Amino acid sequence: MKIGVYICQCGINISATVDVEKVAEQIKSLPNIAVSRFYKYMCSDPGQELIKKDIKELKLDRVIVASCSPRMHEPTFRTVLEESGLNPYCFEMVNIREQCSWVHIDKEKATAKASELIAGAVARAAFLEPLERKEVSVIPKALVVGGGIAGIQAALEIADKGFKVYLVERTPSIGGRMAQLDKTFPTLDCSACILTPKMVDVARHPNIELLTYSEVVDVGGYIGNFKVQVRKKPRYVDMEKCVGCGLCAESCRLHGRIPNEFDMNLGKRSAIYVPFPQAVPLKFTIDSERCIMLKTGKCGDHPLCVEACDRDAIDFGQKEEIVEIEVGTIVVATGYDLFDPAKKPEYGYGKYDNVITGLEFERLVSASGPTEGHIDVNGKEPKKVVFIQCVGSRDKNGNEYCSRVCCMYTAKQAHLVKEKIPGSELTVYYTDMRAFGKGFEEFYNRVQGEGVVYRRRELDDPIEVIKNGNKVVVKAKGHPDIEADLVVLATGIVPREDTKDLARILNINQSADGFLLEAHPKLRPMDTFTDGIFLAGCCQSPKDVPDTVAQASGAASRVCNILSKKQLEIEATIAHVDENLCRGCGFCVDACPYNAIELKEVEHFGHAIEVATVNEALCKGCGSCSAACLNGAIQHHGFKDGQILAMINALGEG
Amino acid sequence: MKDFEPNIIGFLCNWCSYAGADLAGTSRIKYPPNIKSIRVMCSGRVDSVFILEALKKGADGVLVAGCHPGDCHYQSGNYKTNRRIKLLKKFLNDMGVEPQRLRFEYISASEGHKFASVVTEFVDELKKMGPSPLKEAK
Repeated sequence: MKIGVYICQCGINISATVDVEKVAEQIKSLPNIAVSRFYKYMCSDPGQELIKKDIKELKLDRVIVASCSPRMHEPTFRTVLEESGLNPYCFEMVNIREQCSWVHIDKEKATAKASELIAGAVARAAFLEPLERKEVSVIPKALVVGGGIAGIQAALEIADKGFKVYLVERTPSIGGRMAQLDKTFPTLDCSACILTPKMVDVARHPNIELLTYSEVVDVGGYIGNFKVQVRKKPRYVDMEKCVGCGLCAESCRLHGRIPNEFDMNLGKRSAIYVPFPQAVPLKFTIDSERCIMLKTGKCGDHPLCVEACDRDAIDFGQKEEIVEIEVGTIVVATGYDLFDPAKKPEYGYGKYDNVITGLEFERLVSASGPTEGHIDVNGKEPKKVVFIQCVGSRDKNGNEYCSRVCCMYTAKQAHLVKEKIPGSELTVYYTDMRAFGKGFEEFYNRVQGEGVVYRRRELDDPIEVIKNGNKVVVKAKGHPDIEADLVVLATGIVPREDTKDLARILNINQSADGFLLEAHPKLRPMDTFTDGIFLAGCCQSPKDVPDTVAQASGAASRVCNILSKKQLEIEATIAHVDENLCRGCGFCVDACPYNAIELKEVEHFGHAIEVATVNEALCKGCGSCSAACLNGAIQHHGFKDGQILAMINALGEG
Repeated sequence: MKDFEPNIIGFLCNWCSYAGADLAGTSRIKYPPNIKSIRVMCSGRVDSVFILEALKKGADGVLVAGCHPGDCHYQSGNYKTNRRIKLLKKFLNDMGVEPQRLRFEYISASEGHKFASVVTEFVDELKKMGPSPLKEAK
């Protein structure tokens, strides 16, 4: 056996705390070491060439690189081995950056630890075995979860490349948050005008199958071969027959009496409804929580909607349906919730009618909203309007992050008030103005030029809103009180309430702030730790429309990379049974979370005995079976008992 | 005993705890260098034999860390390990080894701070306990 050990300085990231020269020298005395070197950047081209040259000239058969986390560069170095004709699994990586040089101060101790970690890898290297990667076929279809602008963009891009896309949306229509907005900053494009053509494109695209009013309930399988269960909630309306005429909604006994969620409950709808007139698909849905017929089994002497519908589309007998689809990749684009300002009672939200949120303002100012675009507060046009930023963002005791959109949407809303109500007096309480995007600072200057007063407050300075007759008084520390007709709270972006459930269904992670976690904050912002599952939009972190579209297009491109391959190599680190050692107890069968192990009967020296057998397509390589086996008969490739015990032995000596 | 530096072997699951330890690194959160970690795909891979061997071969403490309940990348590996470790702690106690030398923690990929504080705490605790009685004489 000939082992080559390569220690990376990573510029000074490692070498500032670990004496790499000393480590390389110490390692030379270990068994089987043919060469031990250090280099500035092992991952660079010359670094990789160095390994390739040694493999060729010194006939190395095992390679160890001590550098950053294997989660970062293990694939890089495995490829180096492969390109040099060595099996990629004859490689071992030692993490002396994230788990050594970056976390320790004492150079002597960090150097000793690095040496010990490498000695552990050397011990293990003796037991490494070449492994063959399995090839699996790829189902050339994608699932996109969420039909907001992120999901729409991703679905269209993937579908345009010629792959089939299932777009699953929880509500009755696609469109998401962007459909609720009036204008978009800083260009003042009409949000609906730029979004609705895309929604229509989705509906008409031959490669997109739209599953609205549906939810993903279960995801199994792996990259290239996911099996997804989607629950289609009953609409109680036959999608084939409904033409979206709306006669049913007009006739409904609850017409105009149910708060419409799309209008942030400011407008009213019927029990049978479309959320907004440009809904895609333009099909009606019966709200089972509200419909008198569905709740009581009786609606007057007969349901009026049934009578009104001359297409006979209403079907109270519809049942929930579970659809199973198979896809190669998944894009998660589930969006965000808004911070609930009732959690900050000092702002008076929920107590006073003239304190509203930014999104409620969007519906008020939208021509398609409940007031047809008239900014009305209790029937009167407000003259004095106060905007308060950072409600639920940048909060040391709550959401620490900046929601990235509130500064600019507030500036845009102030502009819209100025435009619609000449002579109105506007004040914005801001903490720090964040106008970082293209055209943002220019827009902010423009709004200030229009006479909007910006008043700075420290994050910790309280603002209190109290009632005074028909008005509210805004009391901010260090500023004179303002008696306002309307207060608009720039509520921040928060993760969807059920993000945790979704993360579990998909087997992906959340970051500390509750949003979904990307595989690498800089270099893999669309990837998750689960191969084949990608992120787009605000489910990953707060972002505005252009950033969301960019990320969605990026995720779509990542998806197409996979879908365009017929075959995909997957990890070889799965379980394997030595039939000679197996006693057929079945402990591993119980331990396996994927039902990948079965007992089968084999002929052994003339006797029929039962032994465990692994279904390689189902095994995901967790190693639970190996831990359960008393005989060491079932072994986790790449993490065999012998490999780990050798490492334990070496590390124990340190 | 004053200068005793405990040797800790860590078994970290690839998806949550190893990523959490990496995050401690990228965030430059400092902790004592007494821990040396072995990456496993799932905490469910950690055989009791590994833990006993570690204590026998020179570790004064063993840290096993996996995903939070419900977050296991492989559905249930962390539950199995949790149960296995509870049992093993009793066994250690019967053998005359302080069960506190074996520590099981749920550390997610976003809990760099938690990883660092767990290691720091564990080192302090082991310093008070002294070397493992299970350590083979060298």
